[in-house]
Amino acid sequence: MTPLCYVRAGDRADALARVVNGARCLGGGTNLVDLLRQNVEQASELVDVSRLDGDVRESDGGELFIDAAVTNAALAAHPLVRRRYPVLARALLAGASAQIRNMATVGGNILQRTRCMYFYDVDGARCNKRQPGAGCDAREGFDRYHAILGASDQCVATHPSDMCVALAMLDAVVHLSGPGGDRSVPLTDLHVLPGATPQVETVLQPGELITGVELPPPSDAMVRSDYRKVRDRSSYAFAVVSVAGGLGLAEGRVREARIALGGVAAKPWRARRAEAALIGLAPTPEALLAAIREELADARPLSGNGFKIGLVERTVVAVLTTLAGARA
Amino acid sequence: MPIRVNDTEVPAPEDARVSLLDLLREHLHLTGTKKGCDQGACGACTVLLDGNRVLSCLTLAAQAEGREVRTIEGIAGAAGELHVLQRGFVEHDGLQCGYCTPGQICSAIAMAEELRRGDPSYVTPDIAAGPAAVTREEIRERMSGNLCRCGAHNGIVEAIEAMLAETAA
Ligand SMILES: Cc1cc2nc3c(=O)[nH]c(=O)nc-3n(C[C@H](O)[C@H](O)[C@H](O)COP(=O)(O)OP(=O)(O)OC[C@H]3O[C@@H](n4cnc5c(N)ncnc54)[C@H](O)[C@@H]3O)c2cc1C
Ligand code: FES
Ligand code: FES
Repeated sequence: MTPLCYVRAGDRADALARVVNGARCLGGGTNLVDLLRQNVEQASELVDVSRLDGDVRESDGGELFIDAAVTNAALAAHPLVRRRYPVLARALLAGASAQIRNMATVGGNILQRTRCMYFYDVDGARCNKRQPGAGCDAREGFDRYHAILGASDQCVATHPSDMCVALAMLDAVVHLSGPGGDRSVPLTDLHVLPGATPQVETVLQPGELITGVELPPPSDAMVRSDYRKVRDRSSYAFAVVSVAGGLGLAEGRVREARIALGGVAAKPWRARRAEAALIGLAPTPEALLAAIREELADARPLSGNGFKIGLVERTVVAVLTTLAGARA
Repeated sequence: MPIRVNDTEVPAPEDARVSLLDLLREHLHLTGTKKGCDQGACGACTVLLDGNRVLSCLTLAAQAEGREVRTIEGIAGAAGELHVLQRGFVEHDGLQCGYCTPGQICSAIAMAEELRRGDPSYVTPDIAAGPAAVTREEIRERMSGNLCRCGAHNGIVEAIEAMLAETAA
């Protein structure tokens, strides 16, 4: 790690001014400290935003507003999240460990970097994300954890967040603040696919920071929702694949379907094609399988991760079948 | 702003790169807290920060300014009497080499508080209601951030069960 200076942001304006001048935001530090120490990233100034407002508020219209500094642990334990958006609580609790969730913030979770081992291997591997134009060793390497959807010749890394898969399913909106003012972006549009520029991971502009996340008032499929994570050991491991699912039923037929996938792409993957295919149908395993197959028609597995297609199919069917059977 | 470590105020290091773990071990010579991986993957460096369990290897010491850190050296009573969980680890063989033990104990003390608050875990069937019963499955999931390379997990879970039973009684 190169020498750096650390300052605690006095308030949001102070944080913004420092970020505009080139400082990096520090949330819990659980990703950034590691990346700096391993020399994957460099920074000369860190501005600690983890002690700025950290509230969860309900608006009159029923939206839930979550400040960027709220910890992953506090959000997962929040009564309104557990009752109205159980998929979000379960996804948060599926991530990392209790210790890391106590440190990790909502803003930092959204902007955490990929866990592609070639991205981390500064001395031993080529990575277009770390060094544009260098090449990608994952394409010919150990690609079990890599993407099957939306990847490019330049990069096949996945986004590692569990929380973001649930946020994508819930139509969450991310609030940003920058030198040009405030704006908001749907979470599903915040992360971008790699294309020819895998070093560009989000639509954030230089000098912008995340101030919070807003959830819409809960719909039936948000309340009747759950998250399932498939991994190589039963806890404290990143997802091989994961599924956030929600169902709204009327007279035994699907009125609202919500599906998002983790571990398959450079961004949390909202499966809108599958959702549309389910509307009006009884949520039978056959119908669910046909719907997710439509979504995965464009999947392009690598040499070692073709199993993810079947794994996603079975996990989607399992999550939504269970939800269909659950009492509302 | 100073950092309170086991009820003593210490200044934050001048070099902002120093982790809380290195501050404890190298600067304060509180070597009970262990460095396993130094990258968040093992839990050996777990300490309590304002009562919450965190990884001291991924925390910059500066992030702890104005806060209260408790390490394994600050867990026993004032006269040196062991914490109920420390006794449990001895009685139930919750360790072999002992390298993971300080982290396990700090972690489990905070876990008991999370359970008391009713916080759910990934394996809690009804997330909204919270944990109905503290099963071994619940304990294992909640303690999954602490690895033990000696495989003393069965004894660790038993020691935690004994603590939960004793403090509930
Ligand atoms: C061993 C291990 C296992 C893990 N397992 C999982 C897992 O299974 N699932 C999972 O989802 N995650 C997992 N994680 C990752 C963890 O969830 C992230 O490290 C964490 O969420 C990042 O949050 P943070 O606040 O610590 O971010 P930081 O490390 O502080 O920051 C991360 C990035 O976000 C930026 N940033 C932070 N806040 C803001 C803001 N307000 N505005 C703009 N930029 C900001 C920082 O500049 C940095 O670029 C694991 C991590 C470790 C170390
Ligand atoms: S040393 Fe901190 S988690 Fe391993
Ligand atoms: S007792 Fe040896 S690592 Fe746990």
